[in-house]
Amino acid sequence: MSDQVSGENLPATPEAAETKPVAVRKGMWSEGTGDTSGYGGLVRPLPTVTGSTPPFGSYFDAIYERLIELVPDGVSKVVVDRGEFTVYIPREKLVEVMQVVRDDAHLRFEFCASASGVHYPHDTDAELHVVYELQSMTHNRRLRLEVTCPDTDPHVPSSVAVYPAMDWHEREAWDMFGIIFDGHPHLTRILMPDDWVGHPQRKDYPLGGIPVEFKGAVVQPVDERRSYR
Amino acid sequence: MKEQTDYYAGTGEDASEGAVYTAMGGDFDEIAADHASREDETLVINMGPQHPSTHGVLRLMVECDGETVTKIRPGIGFLHTGIEKNMEYRSWTQGTTFVTRMDYLTPLFNEVAYCLSVERLLGIEDQIPTRANDIRILMMELNRISSHLVAIGTGGMEIGALTVMTIGFREREVILDFLEAVTGLRMNHAYIRPGGVATDLPETAIAQLRDLITWLEKHLPEYAAFCNENPIFKGRMCGIGYQDLAACFALGVTGPMLRATGYDWDLRKKRPYCGYENYEFDIPTWDTSDSYGRFRVRLDEMWESLKIVKQCADRLEASTGEPVMVDDPKIGWPAQLSVGSDGQGNSNEHIKHIMGQSMEALIHHFKLVTEGFRVPAGQAYVPIESPKGELGCHVVSDGGTKPYRAHMRDPGFNHLQSIPIQCEGGMLADIVVSVGSIDPVMGGVDR
Repeated sequence: MSDQVSGENLPATPEAAETKPVAVRKGMWSEGTGDTSGYGGLVRPLPTVTGSTPPFGSYFDAIYERLIELVPDGVSKVVVDRGEFTVYIPREKLVEVMQVVRDDAHLRFEFCASASGVHYPHDTDAELHVVYELQSMTHNRRLRLEVTCPDTDPHVPSSVAVYPAMDWHEREAWDMFGIIFDGHPHLTRILMPDDWVGHPQRKDYPLGGIPVEFKGAVVQPVDERRSYR
Repeated sequence: MKEQTDYYAGTGEDASEGAVYTAMGGDFDEIAADHASREDETLVINMGPQHPSTHGVLRLMVECDGETVTKIRPGIGFLHTGIEKNMEYRSWTQGTTFVTRMDYLTPLFNEVAYCLSVERLLGIEDQIPTRANDIRILMMELNRISSHLVAIGTGGMEIGALTVMTIGFREREVILDFLEAVTGLRMNHAYIRPGGVATDLPETAIAQLRDLITWLEKHLPEYAAFCNENPIFKGRMCGIGYQDLAACFALGVTGPMLRATGYDWDLRKKRPYCGYENYEFDIPTWDTSDSYGRFRVRLDEMWESLKIVKQCADRLEASTGEPVMVDDPKIGWPAQLSVGSDGQGNSNEHIKHIMGQSMEALIHHFKLVTEGFRVPAGQAYVPIESPKGELGCHVVSDGGTKPYRAHMRDPGFNHLQSIPIQCEGGMLADIVVSVGSIDPVMGGVDR
């Protein structure tokens, strides 16, 4: 079976400022199963918004302009997707940017809800991401900051000095992803036992689990079964 | 207590450093005299993780000088179940079954937070039927009342107000009966799904809801009558666990704790979702920043929730028969559930249709149930106002049939960080009051 031409017979992707396929998938099943049945020749590009250019619409322009005015090289890229405003920050500028967005009267993001790690093993030199969800209660706006770091140098400056609430969130991101937050007061494991080896939510960490054995049949654990993707 | 041997130390360890206390019994006079002879009066107490008043498996490491807490550090992780990791191996619809088990006192809020994020990724936020949104709001507000009843009830029990607990669970049981009639389960419903809700209300639901409203209107005043001006209750609660607005902002505290400082921040009003903008209700606040204030805020919020529930009842009565799932056969769950001989299952009509009438319907059902739907790549975070504060789900999709990453921002996880600021310098016995007023649920904290 010859590979399907990319884009043919596929649903149209929404018009966005700049989309590119983050990955191209072939076949129907998860990798590593050895199963070639079912749409073996299907090729599917997976588009996502990877960068937007001004004007961004809504209140996003106001935030962006004020931010680059205060920290000129503090923004590496901006993504406006599904009504959410994500600003990528170079990691060395993270604390400075956070200080500004918290304190500046035009920005005033007093409240940082969460820091969430994400592991993208295919995103070379930016495998680990940390996503901060900010809320301005004064202006009732939301903002997402995102920093990346390579797997070989998993360091991100700690934001605890600006948002003390990030203390446990960063400990969780360290615990689950192995991201080292420089300057954190006590970066220790928080959910896993202290002597645990490895960082469980990384993509290269297996789910674990044991097969369920019936008389004459074995059901594999969920991460070893054939599954759609 | 004459000897200073540490029975539990490993061999070769130097046990001569500092005092060694063992739990081997002995005469208390000797222990007290021995302790008094030391200059160091600090007592280190480990409270939990198996302690009846730590709301599950919360561990508190307390340093005391007499009865005064000088240092306190919470330790969590004893109920970590790896839900987020597990979700990465299940379909988007199965995700609801997982998130509902996180904070088990607010299962419907977890489901809504997750589903709203998934719906934003799917781009179907505007297509959710009104009736589905009204059902979601109804279920959430009833769940808010039941969660607050547990917070008030167990919080009361821990300071000796046992009746508040017994009547709290009595009312909660009536609410759970209604939730069971609608979803089939008292807790862990997996009722709210991406695209709408799993099934419409049963025919008897509105009548049962009216009875429930009457019941709550009759019994909710009891809490105020028991507690509000009760001198013992106020003596234990007033001024305890003080945390002002600045501290709440710094520590990312939301929910009743923030509103007890006098700030009327509530996402239902500030950033409405599910159609809350169409409902009339107020945001109760209190101005004491302490445990008593949080209790009063929760008490008032139950009345506001009841107000919303009444509006829901009228709207749902009017919209009987309207769809409860998004009109997109590629996303909406194909079957309607019904009560079968074994409790609950697919409706007979549907089974008859796919097994006897339409091959295409069978294929469609099979594909959607086994494979699930694909969600366009991207990330989303939709915050909602859970009974405890801002609850949000950060979901990342890589374009596949399963979440690439799902992270629940649980308010309890964040709020437990404020235990030191609330308890240090206070009395040992007040820790329990503070923890009760934070209302953490370890299922949500540890996930």
